[in-house]
Amino acid sequence: MLDCAIQLKDLTKTFGRVYANKNVSLEVRKGEILSLLGENGSGKTTLMNMISGIYYPDSGQIFVNGKPVDIRSPKDAFDLGIGMIHQHFKLVDVFTAAENIVLGLKEKGGLDMKAVKAKIREICQRYHFDLSCDQKVYEMSVSQKQTLEIVKVLYRGANILILDEPTAVLTPQETEHLFDVLRIMKQHGKAIVIITHKLHEVLEISDRVSIMRKGEYIGTVDTKDATELSLTEMMVGQRVSLDIERPTPVHPTKRLSVQHVRCVNKEGFVTLDDVSFDAYGGEILGIAGISGSGQKELLEAIAGLQPTQSGASITFMPADGSSPKELIGKTPKEIKELGVALSFVPEDRLGMGLVGSMGMTGNMMLKSYENGHGIFTQRKQPKHLAESIRDELHVNTPNLNTPVRRLSGGNVQKVLVGREISAGPTVLMTAYAVRGLDINTSYTIYRLLNEQKKKGVAVIYVGEDLDVLVSLCDRILVLCGGRMNGIVDARTVTKEEIGLLMTKREGDLSHVG
Amino acid sequence: MSNLIAWIIRAIPFGTIIMYGAMGEIMTEKSGNLNLGVPGIMYLGGFAGYASAYYYENSAANPNLFFCIALAMICCILASMAGGLIFSFLTITLRANQNVSGLALTTFGMGVANFFGVFILNGSSYSAAPIANKAFSAKIPVLSSMGVIGQMFFSYGFLVYAAIVLAIALHWFLNKTRAGLNLRAVGENPATADAAGINVTKYKYMATCCGAGISGIGGLYYVLDYNRGIWATTGQIEALGWLAVALVIFTTWKPLNAIWGAYLFGILYWLYQYLPNLMGFSLPNYAMDLVQMVPYVVTIVVLIVVSLRKKRENQPPAHLGLAYFREER
Repeated sequence: MLDCAIQLKDLTKTFGRVYANKNVSLEVRKGEILSLLGENGSGKTTLMNMISGIYYPDSGQIFVNGKPVDIRSPKDAFDLGIGMIHQHFKLVDVFTAAENIVLGLKEKGGLDMKAVKAKIREICQRYHFDLSCDQKVYEMSVSQKQTLEIVKVLYRGANILILDEPTAVLTPQETEHLFDVLRIMKQHGKAIVIITHKLHEVLEISDRVSIMRKGEYIGTVDTKDATELSLTEMMVGQRVSLDIERPTPVHPTKRLSVQHVRCVNKEGFVTLDDVSFDAYGGEILGIAGISGSGQKELLEAIAGLQPTQSGASITFMPADGSSPKELIGKTPKEIKELGVALSFVPEDRLGMGLVGSMGMTGNMMLKSYENGHGIFTQRKQPKHLAESIRDELHVNTPNLNTPVRRLSGGNVQKVLVGREISAGPTVLMTAYAVRGLDINTSYTIYRLLNEQKKKGVAVIYVGEDLDVLVSLCDRILVLCGGRMNGIVDARTVTKEEIGLLMTKREGDLSHVG
Repeated sequence: MSNLIAWIIRAIPFGTIIMYGAMGEIMTEKSGNLNLGVPGIMYLGGFAGYASAYYYENSAANPNLFFCIALAMICCILASMAGGLIFSFLTITLRANQNVSGLALTTFGMGVANFFGVFILNGSSYSAAPIANKAFSAKIPVLSSMGVIGQMFFSYGFLVYAAIVLAIALHWFLNKTRAGLNLRAVGENPATADAAGINVTKYKYMATCCGAGISGIGGLYYVLDYNRGIWATTGQIEALGWLAVALVIFTTWKPLNAIWGAYLFGILYWLYQYLPNLMGFSLPNYAMDLVQMVPYVVTIVVLIVVSLRKKRENQPPAHLGLAYFREER
């Protein structure tokens, strides 16, 4: 076919004995936006990495513009006009925008930055980008970095753009702007592939949708014929209810009272500015905000890991009815023993809370190693705990002593959340508990949180997906640049309202995390 | 006054030795490779240069000075690059730990030089290559006889001036050329460089080997000029090698800073001999070693100041010391 930008025939890629992609065939046409939809681990990114030269397929053939090609490195992909915008930006922090753009190019002649900048400005004008050539990357916001990535591939003459979860880090408003730009590029005849698992975005932006499941290609449908339900069915292979259970809170009792918390980071920027709220047992309090708006600092302040400025007060009301305790000034260990648990899932999932090279048992021991006799540690209890978490949460691990680093992301998170829940906390704080998880595993986590809620635990849920926050939580606190922009009732609020609260700036607060 | 001049005349050649070491290491570290084998490489370069010059002098009936220089330079650079190649193979291809590999290379370079040096020394405590020394330490003819100015600025061997030219060239290469931009990207963020179509492995190999070649010249300059063409089994080069590594940090990875930084280190190193005279007091023996420590103290002060100022441009390459593997997940 002439209008085919890319055609894939029977691509297969394995990692060890696991099929990441199995006989995948699909096509991308010129002047269209194709969504590649699939759960986590369905092989979307692996497939696109083969097109962009990061991985080399075990078997199968790629055709670009109808010709069979052999893409062995990212450079080969560039030469064929394929540009990929990765989920984690591939930018050099200390370089300027222009330097990042010319990086690796083999144009004729010396390095003429003036000509480079002129060409960048011309691209920005044509597609309505807003980019300053001399700005250093480390001074840029996330959406500016993404713009830079897109300009970079366009500068290299890419006609085929692959975007890996481009909206994951953007606010609703920024997402809208991105979609406008993509539509302009489409009109210029570019072929665009968007990897995503957000259904409403698929329906909004794309012309066709290709669905993958467990490394296999399931099918392609025209977006105009698709609905959220039909796509979900193709994606997960079985009907999953889109509604998250939300029991009405029973007798909510105040467990945590946070007053005027203010934090300043090492560089002297204000990361949290006068945040006050109450958390109640038996409810889930959501915390929404663009990443880096102070979510991490807030949870750490409560857990005793982050020093607060004077004037702040965090009061904890124990479940046994004893007198309220002031948490500020206590060590993280004392706070933990009072029953305040924190499970924080960082971007790399392992960074905080688990030790990657230890097995499940070892990681359970991190919380209980002090209970042993004398200099010896106590292994039995942690082992039982690990066993019960494995069985209850269906953690897929070959062995309790397999390093957790080798488990898949979902299983790692189950271990982390499971361990925190097992301590029977009064206040349970989770941050990004479903980060990078597929739908089914996410639902398991939601169910676990709801169980805790029914037990009367005060759950604080920091999340990224607004759909989930709106349907899981009882109340939602919205942070923006370290400032609290309001607490809303999750049952009546709309996503757009939250999105606005997330971006609305009051005063002259200029710093973003 | 004459003391001050003597101090400067002493400091500049000293600075030149570590300037070469530091420039090579800056180039290497810009690719993200932390090569702690600089002392070993300076040994390899110094010894190979000396040995080739020594054998040429003793076998040729009528030694040609230019040929002597060319031969010593080529042998020095080749031997040093071989050292860099060993390090590259271990850390880039086999992804071995860079700190351990570098320290091993230091021990290895010293060992090789001292082992083969035994054959040249042949039982005596030192051996000399006077003709090579004459070639390498030849002063600039007319300018060097122009009084104090001539003494201070034009009375050194050609490698002193070559070092300054090389520093400027290196600065231009790193900041103004495509290859330099690519090299810096490899050291900052190899995954990004890789995705941009840069051959990370090639750049790391090239930078590490060329960097080793430059570092090795420092050893050559030490033996054939600074040490008056005398080879002896001492640990002096090793101390200079570590000083070169300290200088890299002092310059905040900028070749132009290496020029004045190296001379400053030279001044500071010879502080113990000249300052007391200038100030009119004498230094007790036990204090000498303490004063010789000053360059290292200054490096630590610079580290502190740089980290307090928190300017991203003054930080080491972000991926320094780490191996890169594309398919790591």
